Amino acid sequence: MLLNAVLFAPLLGSILTLLLPQQAVRKFALVFSILVFAASLALVGPAGSGGETWVTNVPWIASPAIRYHVSLDGLSLWLVLLSTLLTPVCVLVSWSYIQHRPKEFYAFLLLLEFGVVGVFVAMDLFLFYVFWEVTLVPMYFLIGVWGHERRIYATVKFFLYTMAGSVLMLAAIIYLYHRAGTFDYPLILELIDSGRLLFNGAEQTLLFLAFFVAFAIKVPLFPLHTWLPDAHVEAPTAGSVMLASVLLKLGTYGIVRFCLPMFGNAAHEHAGWIAALAIAGIIYGALVAMVQPNMKKLVAYSSVSHLGFVVLGIFSFTQQGLDGAVYQMLNHGISTGALFMLVGMMYERRHSLEIKAYGGVANPAPWLAAVFLITTLASIGLPTLNNFVGEFLVLQGVAMTNFNWVVPAALGVVLSACYMLWLYQRAFLGEASEEVRSHVTDLNFRELAALAPLLFLMVWMGVGPQSFLPPVSAANAGILRRSQSNVEYQVKLEPIRPGPVLTKVIARD
Amino acid sequence: MISNYLPAGVEYLRILPEMTLTVFGALLMLLEARAGAGHRRGLAYLALFAILLAMGGTIVAAASPGPAFQKMLTVDGFAAFFRMLVLGVGALAILCSGAYLAREKADSGEYYALILFSLAGQSLMVSAAELMMVFIGLEISSIATYVLAGFLRDDKRNNESAIKYFLLGSFATAFLLYGVAWIYGVTGTTYLNEIRLFLRNPVVAAPPLVVGGSAALMFVGFAFKVSAAPFQLWAPDVYQGAPAPVTAFMSAGPKAAAFAVLLRVYSTAFADVSGNWIPIIWASALFTMIIGNFAALTQQNIKRLLAYSSIAHAGYVMVAVTAHSEIGIAAAMFYLTAYAFMNVGAFAVVTHFSRQGERYVNVDDLAGLGVKHPLLAAAFGVFLLSFIGIPLTAGFFGKFYIFKAAIDSRLYWLTVFGLLNSAVAAYYYLRVLVVMYFHDPGEATETLAPPSTGIRLVLAGAAVATLILGIYPSLLLDIATPSAILAR
Repeated sequence: MLLNAVLFAPLLGSILTLLLPQQAVRKFALVFSILVFAASLALVGPAGSGGETWVTNVPWIASPAIRYHVSLDGLSLWLVLLSTLLTPVCVLVSWSYIQHRPKEFYAFLLLLEFGVVGVFVAMDLFLFYVFWEVTLVPMYFLIGVWGHERRIYATVKFFLYTMAGSVLMLAAIIYLYHRAGTFDYPLILELIDSGRLLFNGAEQTLLFLAFFVAFAIKVPLFPLHTWLPDAHVEAPTAGSVMLASVLLKLGTYGIVRFCLPMFGNAAHEHAGWIAALAIAGIIYGALVAMVQPNMKKLVAYSSVSHLGFVVLGIFSFTQQGLDGAVYQMLNHGISTGALFMLVGMMYERRHSLEIKAYGGVANPAPWLAAVFLITTLASIGLPTLNNFVGEFLVLQGVAMTNFNWVVPAALGVVLSACYMLWLYQRAFLGEASEEVRSHVTDLNFRELAALAPLLFLMVWMGVGPQSFLPPVSAANAGILRRSQSNVEYQVKLEPIRPGPVLTKVIARD
Repeated sequence: MISNYLPAGVEYLRILPEMTLTVFGALLMLLEARAGAGHRRGLAYLALFAILLAMGGTIVAAASPGPAFQKMLTVDGFAAFFRMLVLGVGALAILCSGAYLAREKADSGEYYALILFSLAGQSLMVSAAELMMVFIGLEISSIATYVLAGFLRDDKRNNESAIKYFLLGSFATAFLLYGVAWIYGVTGTTYLNEIRLFLRNPVVAAPPLVVGGSAALMFVGFAFKVSAAPFQLWAPDVYQGAPAPVTAFMSAGPKAAAFAVLLRVYSTAFADVSGNWIPIIWASALFTMIIGNFAALTQQNIKRLLAYSSIAHAGYVMVAVTAHSEIGIAAAMFYLTAYAFMNVGAFAVVTHFSRQGERYVNVDDLAGLGVKHPLLAAAFGVFLLSFIGIPLTAGFFGKFYIFKAAIDSRLYWLTVFGLLNSAVAAYYYLRVLVVMYFHDPGEATETLAPPSTGIRLVLAGAAVATLILGIYPSLLLDIATPSAILAR
């Protein structure tokens, strides 16, 4: 029941926002989204074990049987919380920046929250597709109305890329129904487990690819990433934050949730080139980020690099790799979200995204510089901060599968230190110019309040991963078991050693 | 005994809608002569009243299903469904027309009478069980629509539209008639069920060439009416030239009726030779989608854009026809209804926005509509999202059901191509959304007056229906599914 409330409250809030007077909307949106977040915190208790909880399963459409089936497990738990946390944060970030048509802005923001939470909790393939497409519309408007100069090009590109991928997924979903007679995901898994639903090689490959391409576009996996820098650069700050922190996770979430358990054979079979693309993305994203003169673009390309890590971890098919990948999804959401917020705050002051317009910002704005530094360090994977845990686990998992993949992947970590620290050096250190001195003021209370929860999480997730990992590991163990029980033959891959359960590793370290 | 040739009482009941429409159509013509300039509005209300009566008549007729008039007509769920659909389209078109006709100073009873006659023809078409009846219904509907397309006599574009529609349309119906003649030559009957029985009879092997030829000739006629490739060329010019409310009517009502006939003829008379015609319809469906969508990409004129989009949507329905199953028929019925709502809604926006002489019909004229007229833009936005096929709109479920039917009939490639097509289509619909919401208001939006009550009713009704069918498609599908059983 509570899960339904958390899911539908943003939709209600979105409608209410449109009915409220102009000056009350942002306060309403803030209070409302904080309440939704508070309610979502209460979801943790029963979901902490990682199993499927908060199930609602009622018929929606009679023929073909489509059910409103939502639930929460260890995989979706933190992603839902990340979405509900970032919505109030985005409201705070947009507080003074959004002056133009604020009503619609907050309505779309809440509608987006509805869509993404729906994607994470939907357990019926059809319902999943519905939410998947629903997220497109608010994002399209957020970029298109409140974005920068080339916003229209960027938003149309974003929409068409996603749409092109997802129509094939729809074909695959309909085909699955044709074969399984149901859209209900747990039921389909059960049919596969019990051997009543078997796919031959070609079928499995095509279905896997149809799902995978839709998700890979969203991730975005190199070379399907080209919509991302455009969308990020042109989006308003809140749009970039939601896009980077939550929307990209829809893709990796989909891979873990659907591609691995349903099409284990095909996933193993195609792991080689997917890992190669992931590694290419890691290196390419990092190299391109290094030469970007535009801060937002730099962070956007760093996302391509970070998400490559996540995909690589998933296709290592090890407990560590998967746990690390899911943990990295959350980490990236927090640290890159914070980076986009900081860049947005700098833009509000100096009205430029060019790195060379800054320099010496640490001088007039020490708090801004300090927060940026912490976020930078988190992003490059400094131990005791969140990304370190995720990257370490991913690399460990990947090392168990194929050591050759580790070297270039680790190189990505080194490169991320290069571009982020170089950015910090150019923007924050050195002599402050007159414009910087006069325009760039320090963070105000509202901005600190927006950043504080993210900073807190960076540290907490860095030093206390045990608070977060157990439900994730439990859910991943199930997914991994399915993806491997699916493998009747292992042609291209070496045997996969079952790694020790992750929490033990961390405890030992 | 003469009484054997007279239809039984209940058979009159079964053509209640057609009778109502014809009587009121004639009445409107008479009243037109007597009505002064100030009373034209009353005629519109009378036409609406007639349509409501005809809807009631449809329900009464559907309560006692069965054949009528020497089995030339058959009143079944399928007929009732499409009768309601075309009548609904007619009512919405009349609601759109009042303000338009007053603005163009062409308000007259003839217009409404023509709509009623056209509806009577469509109503006959969808319940015809015999090929001559199909032809007669088609002609009644078409002739009225030809006149409507050129209703503004002094307008060059209207005349072009009407002439083009008339010449090509009559040519196409001639093909249909020729096909009927061929099949009569082979089977000695024009009754759909008897043709079916003849063709499935292994003893009297029908010459396949002639049967195929007649099916193909009839396909030419129907394909023209539904604007399916390669007979879609007329549609953009005619849709662009005709008065906007007439285009709304043409692209939803007669098209739905023509699809109904197409479905009925090919799933009854030619059901057992499906192996011969499915490849042709397969190709036609594919090319209709491709031509419609790709040509729409570059259109500047909103009416032309919607015309190409209408071709593309006909292509999706052709996919359902290709599926050749009851699920496919139900999917087509759902889709045509959903399409009727969104398309009439979209044309209602165009009708209102274009102003006198249809001055503002470019996509760019809509700039800033979202700021200046948020409700109008929101309604248009709902229709456009529904055209794209975004979930929670009727258009999405329409596509979903069609492609599900296609996959059930193992048309995998057609499904993949069709879905990719709908991704292409997103581009040109998005362009309209972009202009409406992301551009600054221009002259055309600044000077726009609020819409008339009729248009408001259409917009609200169509938008609500699009959303409700997008959330609870079962409401309609549960009616369509049992009605889709045609041949038994």
